[in-house]
Amino acid sequence: MKTKILAIICLTFVLSSCSEDNDISLEPVAITLNFSHSWNGTEITNADFNELKFTNENEQDLSIEGLRYVISEILLTHESGVVTVLDEYNLVDLTNTKGLSFTTSDAILPGDYTSVSFRFGFSNEYNIDGAYPDLNTANFNVPNALGGGYHFMQFDGKYRDITSVEAPFNYHVISAIDPTNTNDPKDTSFSLNIGAATIGGNTNIQIEMDVSEWFKNPTTWNLNEYDVNLMGNYDVQLLMNQNGSSVFSLVSITQ
Amino acid sequence: MYCSDQNAGSEDIYSPIPYSLKIPELFQQKLIDPLIPSNNPLTEEGVALGKKLFFDRKLSGNNTQACASCHKPQNSFTDNTRFSNGIDGVFGSRNSMPLMNLAWNFTDKFAWDGKELGLERQALEPVKNPIEMHSNWANVAEKLQQDPEYPTLFLRAFGTTTIDSSLVTKAIAQFERILISGNAKFDQYLLGNATLSLEELNGFTIFMDEEKGDCFHCHGSDNNPLWTDNGFHNNGLDSTFDDLGLGAVTGDPNDNGTFRSPSLRNLNFTAPYMHDGRFATLEEVINHYSEGLQFSSTIDPLMKKVSQGGVQLTPQEKLDLKAFLLTLTDPEFINNPDFRN
Repeated sequence: MKTKILAIICLTFVLSSCSEDNDISLEPVAITLNFSHSWNGTEITNADFNELKFTNENEQDLSIEGLRYVISEILLTHESGVVTVLDEYNLVDLTNTKGLSFTTSDAILPGDYTSVSFRFGFSNEYNIDGAYPDLNTANFNVPNALGGGYHFMQFDGKYRDITSVEAPFNYHVISAIDPTNTNDPKDTSFSLNIGAATIGGNTNIQIEMDVSEWFKNPTTWNLNEYDVNLMGNYDVQLLMNQNGSSVFSLVSITQ
Repeated sequence: MYCSDQNAGSEDIYSPIPYSLKIPELFQQKLIDPLIPSNNPLTEEGVALGKKLFFDRKLSGNNTQACASCHKPQNSFTDNTRFSNGIDGVFGSRNSMPLMNLAWNFTDKFAWDGKELGLERQALEPVKNPIEMHSNWANVAEKLQQDPEYPTLFLRAFGTTTIDSSLVTKAIAQFERILISGNAKFDQYLLGNATLSLEELNGFTIFMDEEKGDCFHCHGSDNNPLWTDNGFHNNGLDSTFDDLGLGAVTGDPNDNGTFRSPSLRNLNFTAPYMHDGRFATLEEVINHYSEGLQFSSTIDPLMKKVSQGGVQLTPQEKLDLKAFLLTLTDPEFINNPDFRN
């Protein structure tokens, strides 16, 4: 994935027309995305894993035993209207506390941006089977029979089922695949606009995933109904996609 | 190559030749670069020395065992017994792990329980373990120092004739990092150079099917030719634990009963299976995942059908899965003269 250089060149031209008296640094800068996690607003880390200490909207007790997901396509719209897309991705792995802080390797020009967004998962264009060696090495692939490419999220744990027995769940998000047409997966990744931002020399964007939101808004998730073997369930993948829209929020932007 | 060191006066200093790792085509396509520590780069001389040490019985207390005694090339660098016999006739409690593709273990945690951080540190342990080689490093270093060949070999590999445990384990780790297995029938199939039988193809489908074998979540895929995630999992062997595995290392009860996922390459050579070698055959392994799972609080959520005992494969599906697993057999690996004494 390559940065769309053209956008930067255009932006350079726009900004370079400013008066020299302004003495504004126009050196491209990287931005850092930091990911934190909560359950209904209460911070969680991997130290909170492996206990049936969370209760979802459907009043089911559950534990988190693994959580990792991909974000990609960081898109910034400058106030001039020029759009820059950083075609990078990052695997956020709360289980092993890796990738929680991600500094882009591509840089953008500092300035005021009317919107900054990133994508949860990969769009179909970039969800290329086997294309990313680090994700292959991390064993994040999706079988070809399910469209190939990569998981968007692996969220595993246990819950107390309808008989009060601990049972596993595998909330695995991928591109929804219609079993009658595996060559045309429905793009269930989604872009999250975190709003306007001023990008300076040391911009940190703090983003929070509220894990509880995966189980509500709009669908109140019944783990007794949907716990395992969800990857190949087209309709369930669409429900996951809908619930995902309220999962991320912007915490802060600091310079 | 020799070059003059003006600071050292008349003494010539040998510069070891960088070793060119032979990385299989699929590994180059699919995986990130192997992990080679900057303080122990691979060199021709270091690898050759490591190989000699790996097969040398001087590393044991009574000169009867080498690393290769429990890590035999013909068994994909494990042995064919449930537990290995130390020099004093004492058996351990873990199955000897196969050694291959270790440079792609990015956790850098080795052994079944991950207690060894880095290959160099791992190599320290068996020599001094009283139920394994039962020696100590001072004695080993002294024996090697008195050997007519080793001081010169260490000079060429590391620039000194003074032998110690650090340099011995560095050399062994270099040799272990070149033990690459990547030329099985399935590799050739992926490269378009071989065909699979219907049974083997069906087995691969079962392996990759979330609702059947669902092996791929922990054991790699056509896009991860390591055939392991190098992670730690409780795969439902027991409802209570005699061996805590990773839990004994971390002290975290949530890790109790978890062990490292082994690679599925070369299963034809690596029986018996599991951390304690409890399964003598692949059929027993497949039966375990099909109907033998035991629930415990730390069982991995990916053992999703534990309430039914497992994934409930049919007899034909079991045969197909085994047929596929055997396509990961790499005869070239066990016969490679570079890896044998």
